[in-house]
Amino acid sequence: MSVDNSILSVDDVSVHFTDSSGFLGLFGERQTVRAVDGISLDIGENDVVTLIGESGCGKSTLGKTIIGAQEPTHGSITYRGQDIWEAKNGRDPDIPFSEIRRSLQIIHQDPGSALNPNQRILTSLMLPLKKWNPNLGEEERRKRIYALLERVGLTPAEDFVERFPHQLSGGEKQRVVLVRSLLLNPDVILADEAISALDVSLRVEMMDLMLELQDLFNTSYVFISHDLSNARYIAEKSGGRIAVMYLGRIVEVGPIEQVIGDPQHPYTQALKWATPNLYEGEGDDGLPIRKIDIPDPTNRPSGCHFHPRCPKAREVCETNDPGAFEDGSGRAARCFRADDTHEYWDSPSIVDD
Amino acid sequence: MRTSNQNDSDPDQDVVFEVRDLEVTFGTNRGESRVVRNVDFDIYRNETLGMVGESGSGKSMTSSALMNAVVSPGETSGEVTYYPPDGGEPISVLDLDEEELRKFRWGEVAMVFQGAMSSFNPVKKVRGHFRETLEDHNRDVEAGLERAHQILGDLYLDPDRVLDSYPYELSGGMKQRALVALALILEPEVLVMDEPTAALDLLMQRSIVSLLKELKEEYELTIIFITHDLPLLTKLADRLVVMYAFDIVEVGSTEEILYDAAHPYTRSLLNATPDLNAPIEEMQSISGSKPDPVTNIPGCSYRPRCPMADESCAEAEPPMADRGDGHRTACFYHDDVSDEIPIPAMEAAEKGGESE
Repeated sequence: MSVDNSILSVDDVSVHFTDSSGFLGLFGERQTVRAVDGISLDIGENDVVTLIGESGCGKSTLGKTIIGAQEPTHGSITYRGQDIWEAKNGRDPDIPFSEIRRSLQIIHQDPGSALNPNQRILTSLMLPLKKWNPNLGEEERRKRIYALLERVGLTPAEDFVERFPHQLSGGEKQRVVLVRSLLLNPDVILADEAISALDVSLRVEMMDLMLELQDLFNTSYVFISHDLSNARYIAEKSGGRIAVMYLGRIVEVGPIEQVIGDPQHPYTQALKWATPNLYEGEGDDGLPIRKIDIPDPTNRPSGCHFHPRCPKAREVCETNDPGAFEDGSGRAARCFRADDTHEYWDSPSIVDD
Repeated sequence: MRTSNQNDSDPDQDVVFEVRDLEVTFGTNRGESRVVRNVDFDIYRNETLGMVGESGSGKSMTSSALMNAVVSPGETSGEVTYYPPDGGEPISVLDLDEEELRKFRWGEVAMVFQGAMSSFNPVKKVRGHFRETLEDHNRDVEAGLERAHQILGDLYLDPDRVLDSYPYELSGGMKQRALVALALILEPEVLVMDEPTAALDLLMQRSIVSLLKELKEEYELTIIFITHDLPLLTKLADRLVVMYAFDIVEVGSTEEILYDAAHPYTRSLLNATPDLNAPIEEMQSISGSKPDPVTNIPGCSYRPRCPMADESCAEAEPPMADRGDGHRTACFYHDDVSDEIPIPAMEAAEKGGESE
């Protein structure tokens, strides 16, 4: 999947964590968690990609890898044509690593722990500006901060900058964190569960704010969520894509209307079931998965990783790993069912009722 | 105080809990904090009652009061009457002494809290928790463990593996299900669940809710389910209680609340709820901030945030108006609310239904 004029290009990236602890490791089997397993993804200008999946599916690791905060064990990530890790380790890159670092920002889940409790908001906001824009005078920096704070609704700004984090509500803190990353005028912001900690009634407002600012600053977002309805909201409102992750892989990706409106992968279908709507018929025919618990990530199932939980699994799924089937509209699903002519359809079912 | 016809229970219903004038207060250095205010409601036998409201609206305190479990220095007053099955002698829960309470809790009414992680003793295997609970309540341990096997199996867990594990060896979802099984081990009549799925993944949440539905039938339970996750709740609850500012503002069947909500707060809450079908431009937040438990807002407590409020709302507190079929709401303008505050998602769903 490629996007024109991409800012970031993720090419066949894997992140494997190997347990090398202790001396038992010398004799015992080393355990490897494939947090991210061969993922390719492009992020363009003004693009929005939402990553969703259960905890442990690797979405945060992928997110951190995308913004260059986690080194991949395999594959490459390029920022405007410059390999990020070559820039960091190598000599004479076209784009210096510090420039890449400034362009790729992150907003964490818990704004409370992302702000220094002993610093006034002003200090927290001044420091990054000072570091990255050393030519800016004190007065100019202050002006920019005030303007942006007012823009996100923290008015009067003169009052807010004098406060300490504990004097702000969760929503206000998250706005400060958003302002802090926007001050650097980044190309991509990774919002890792950035609204999950907020009260439900504040989430829509925060998402709207982020998208409003996107238009203003020309920023792309990688939005990580475990919540399909939030992911859908942000993807639909921005016209972005959604990528569903399961055990280190993207199992379905594409425009939101297709992935949510007509999910192909049984896992996406299960996630959709798990996100009930207020207004829809009962239609609760029991669990659409055969097992509730996620398999051990150090010992992933053979074939299609989802087959032990999949209600549509057949024998071929136990042995063969489905590649991504693209349907020509920008959507790809890692399931044999997306291919009408696959041998899957002649394979005996392994689901017993 | 809301006085109205609701002080009489519906005679057609088999009531298991009757709550009247429930009041929970905490003394603070800013004055008395009233976190539950004159709450009246009934819980019917074998129903699933959902309680919704924003954080700090008093849902958890109200449910804790059902077991007289409000933590010190909180003061609970009013009446909480429990009616045992088969016409046993009613129990006034707030008058029980330590020993009686110990028997009442878990045996009659069990509770599952949020954060299953901290409900287990980290240095004791899961089996030990079951054994200890059975022994403390003088039950037959072997028969009890047999029952534990069955319930754990019902919850899609491998009973022996779970029982032989330390809590840290289980995932969050497994722990939470093991906790549900532990709550049911003494065969309680009522299960109170306070945000039991909040820390879990969506797929796990929905799976647990789906399993609870089955458990409720199998073990003939009455379930009280507290959450701020309205869509999830509507898939489980028979009736909903909507709390705002430490009191109930609306109560009715899930169907009534979804399609004929008559309180401005309930309708705004429905509009603020993310919905995969709802047109995104229609989704909105509830403006304003939630009330402080120390202050008393004269008149209707929702008035400062309500788009329909006028002078009369400031003068008196609206009584619970009866809209029939057990649907009651505390708003003077309950007949006009549906015109003033439309719910686009509902209209879209109804339109979709007609065209089919």
